[in-house]
Amino acid sequence: MASMTESHPARTAAAARPAPRRRMRAEDAPERAILSATDRRRPGVRVVLFGVQALILVGLLIAGAGPILWLAKSAVSTTQDILTQPFGLWPSGIQLGNLVEAWNRSAIGRYMFNTVIIAAGQAVVTLFVCTTCAYCLSVLRPKWGPWLQGAILATLFIPGIVVLVPLYLTVLNLPGTGGTLIDNYLAIWLPGAANAFMILVIKRFFDALPRDLFEAARLDGAGAWRTFFSIVLPLSRPIMGVVALLTVMGSWKDFLWPMLVLPTRTLQPVSVALFLNLKNTELAIQLAALFLALLVPVILFVIFQKQFLRGVSASAGVKG
Amino acid sequence: MTTRRRARIPFQKRATRMITAPTVDVTPTTEPSRPPAPSRSRPRARIRRGGGAALVFALPAIIVFAYFSWGPIIRGSVMAFQKTNFAVSEWVGWVNITYVLSDPLLPTAIGNTFLFVVLGMLIGFPVPLFLAVFMAELRRGRRWFNLLSYLPVVVPPVVAIMLWKTFYAPSAGGAFNTVLGWFGIPSIGWLDSTTWAMPAMVLEATWAGAGATVIIYIAAMTSVRVELYEAAELDGAGILRKICHVTLPQLRGLLLVMILLQLIGTIQVFAEPFLFTGGGPGNSTMTVLLMVYNYAFVSQDFGAAAALSVLLALFLGLLSAVYVWVTKKWSTD
Repeated sequence: MASMTESHPARTAAAARPAPRRRMRAEDAPERAILSATDRRRPGVRVVLFGVQALILVGLLIAGAGPILWLAKSAVSTTQDILTQPFGLWPSGIQLGNLVEAWNRSAIGRYMFNTVIIAAGQAVVTLFVCTTCAYCLSVLRPKWGPWLQGAILATLFIPGIVVLVPLYLTVLNLPGTGGTLIDNYLAIWLPGAANAFMILVIKRFFDALPRDLFEAARLDGAGAWRTFFSIVLPLSRPIMGVVALLTVMGSWKDFLWPMLVLPTRTLQPVSVALFLNLKNTELAIQLAALFLALLVPVILFVIFQKQFLRGVSASAGVKG
Repeated sequence: MTTRRRARIPFQKRATRMITAPTVDVTPTTEPSRPPAPSRSRPRARIRRGGGAALVFALPAIIVFAYFSWGPIIRGSVMAFQKTNFAVSEWVGWVNITYVLSDPLLPTAIGNTFLFVVLGMLIGFPVPLFLAVFMAELRRGRRWFNLLSYLPVVVPPVVAIMLWKTFYAPSAGGAFNTVLGWFGIPSIGWLDSTTWAMPAMVLEATWAGAGATVIIYIAAMTSVRVELYEAAELDGAGILRKICHVTLPQLRGLLLVMILLQLIGTIQVFAEPFLFTGGGPGNSTMTVLLMVYNYAFVSQDFGAAAALSVLLALFLGLLSAVYVWVTKKWSTD
């Protein structure tokens, strides 16, 4: 695990960009893992390895892609077909009308728009709060920095459940102001930005930036602000991309909290709307709506696959 | 990591000392009140020690954490001993705690949660490890394996659960019952059956979560130092012995952490029972977190909800402490 944390995405200014790419390539085609070249030449090993890997591929195709493909198929089938022949390929023809109806009648488009606003806003707010805090802890390092860091890290060890009810009451009636954040997207963004994990990930990245750069900037007369905007932020685009992706995806998946703080139907994100509005809809239309709601995260993931998986691996570094 | 950091600091000290010493003399106007004071503040390449800028940068996080993290944590612990009626709260001592502990539903909920955790561990721990061992050996196409295994993780839980609900349709035409039919197995009631509802949820939860674990394990496996394997080979170790004596020991720390995280995560299971069954049939999928939700948002008894939350949090804390203590003991043996 030590070696995982060691492979920081950036170590020197020049290597800040190519470093992650080199690491990804190394992950794609490692020289070797458990098996040596001699092992691989043994016919028995070859057969077993190939067999198991082929089996895993088939299993992954069925388990990973299967349900999504099934949903895609069923989204354009009749309800009757789905119920009687779940694995039949459109015995009664393809019903593209399902998608249109799901889009229009259950107003999926509107809810998706809400989700996009919520997710994008969450990414912006989280990045703002976490980068500024990480910069303070990693680069400015005030005397009280360790205290702040300890208090932030401590929240990682408090299970989310403790916070749910009091957080809801806080949002319902903001202490000290008398206002409420119910039906306000800030009720999602602000608690979401209090993310110790993201601060830790970003801080680790900042820690690996070369201190000489900051010294050089200081010699050139740059203050804390200038250093942040002209040196730290431009250098940390890779990690900010990862954090933004993870935040957007988490926000897209979130469901309980938005349901609690956004009681007004027209403000809700798609996950909440699917759960609350679709119960009495015809099955085929339901599945068409689910399919539409699934498209965006899946496409996002396929496009940014590398960044995603790097982010997941990086999170393991933090955990370990 | 510790060795690297230890090795780095002396160099930096040297470098910064060389740079910082003259700058204080050259630009005294920018920091007139601040003496150089190298003895008290060890120069570790800070831009400025403390000062207003640091506070300004930390302020957003401090406000957000104070309002939405630290505050609620404290408030939750206090609320466990209060009767809260939105506006007014009064102290009621241990009433909430005893009320929650004497709730006849609690033993059922604990039992169900325990069942979910155990089943989740039985499937959710070995499967990703097995996949990762073989996927780490891939020469080509790792990308596609990764893509496929991580795909379920990006499916929003609501979509996944509503989709799986269709799979679990209890009629003979349901997707899973159709598959069982191919093997001549009679249909199962799945979510309508008190025995199968929980395993059905565990299956979906494992499907939804295993991909992330696989990716983490693969990353850890590919970072095991090659020399260790080579040394083992020189000593005549076969493939299985390499796995048992090199790979797994090297992953030990990560595996232990992942098990703990999985434990903590599955104990807090909520989305599956809430969306699949709402706790039914016959409370056979009622979990502890679902009880918290019902206390708070169905019966509006925030005090009881807070009390049960705090009890659960204390339990999780105790569990983690015991876990860390026990696993540490193993490692010193």
